[in-house]
Amino acid sequence: MTRSDWVLVLAVFGASAVEMVEALTIVLAAGTSRGWRSALEGAAAAVGVLALLVLVVGVPLIKYVPIDALRVVVGALLLSLGLNWLRKAWLRASGHKALHDEDKIYAETVAELATEGPVRPQRDAVGFAVAFKGVFLEGTEVVLIVISLGASQGRLGLASLAALSAAVVVFGVGAVVARQLSTVPENLIKLTVGVMLSSFGLFWIGEGAGIHWPGADLFLLVLVGVFAGLSAIVIPWLRRSAPTPAGVLG
Amino acid sequence: MKAAIARGLRAFGRFWWEFLVGDTPELFIATLCVVGVAFALASLHVLPVIVVPGVAVVAVIWSAARGRTSSNP
Repeated sequence: MTRSDWVLVLAVFGASAVEMVEALTIVLAAGTSRGWRSALEGAAAAVGVLALLVLVVGVPLIKYVPIDALRVVVGALLLSLGLNWLRKAWLRASGHKALHDEDKIYAETVAELATEGPVRPQRDAVGFAVAFKGVFLEGTEVVLIVISLGASQGRLGLASLAALSAAVVVFGVGAVVARQLSTVPENLIKLTVGVMLSSFGLFWIGEGAGIHWPGADLFLLVLVGVFAGLSAIVIPWLRRSAPTPAGVLG
Repeated sequence: MKAAIARGLRAFGRFWWEFLVGDTPELFIATLCVVGVAFALASLHVLPVIVVPGVAVVAVIWSAARGRTSSNP
């Protein structure tokens, strides 16, 4: 594996992990309140549909779209997504925006499901639908990242594998720690992925446009360093004007 | 049938609008600027290496500062 393959794996794994923590919260809520069978079936069905999306959209992209055009479009998509994640992570880390609270989401989902009538013993449609929707919606962003990064580097299989591994790890850990998802340092992962997506985005836009980056692929690491260094400066600067004394990275 | 297609297209458009623009249109515009600047300066040697990342850096700092101001009463 090359250096940029490793960065790709890390970026996809991190993005998938963040989104899967959010999805798992909903699956846990659906499982405990409507039965595990329907919730797990709903989650598995959503993963299947997402995998199909990667195949249907990703493979033709690699085969039929000229590589430079693909890199510019994919780069723009990644940059837009990366800058948004970076901004959100900075604002959360500095106390300007509330941290994502899985415990709160879990409690709200359970309360909502309690109003949905009696649970059907064999297959519960509500539990299935809620788990499916949760995994599918959170997974869509991962699919876009997998297709974008995988297609632009011609490593769709590797990107899919990284996303799937993250899902397996998160769901595996989730099964053990159950409702302790609020302890996952979600904002730190989000910040790291934001740095990587922004770096990849800029790199691919430049490659597609015909810019000769010094050091070729190595320049990707320079961009990662720039965004990471920038985060180290901007977060304390934003913290100085935070409305609350919060401001943790996790 | 037509209504279902229209509804589907609207949902698809809404998804992409939320995904790309959402509540940070400045970052979407900045991305378009980065693409434009990259093509405009691609034939030069050193300048695009500094200016292209520079546009993204300035945009994200400005956007975060804007988010900070709006969350302060």
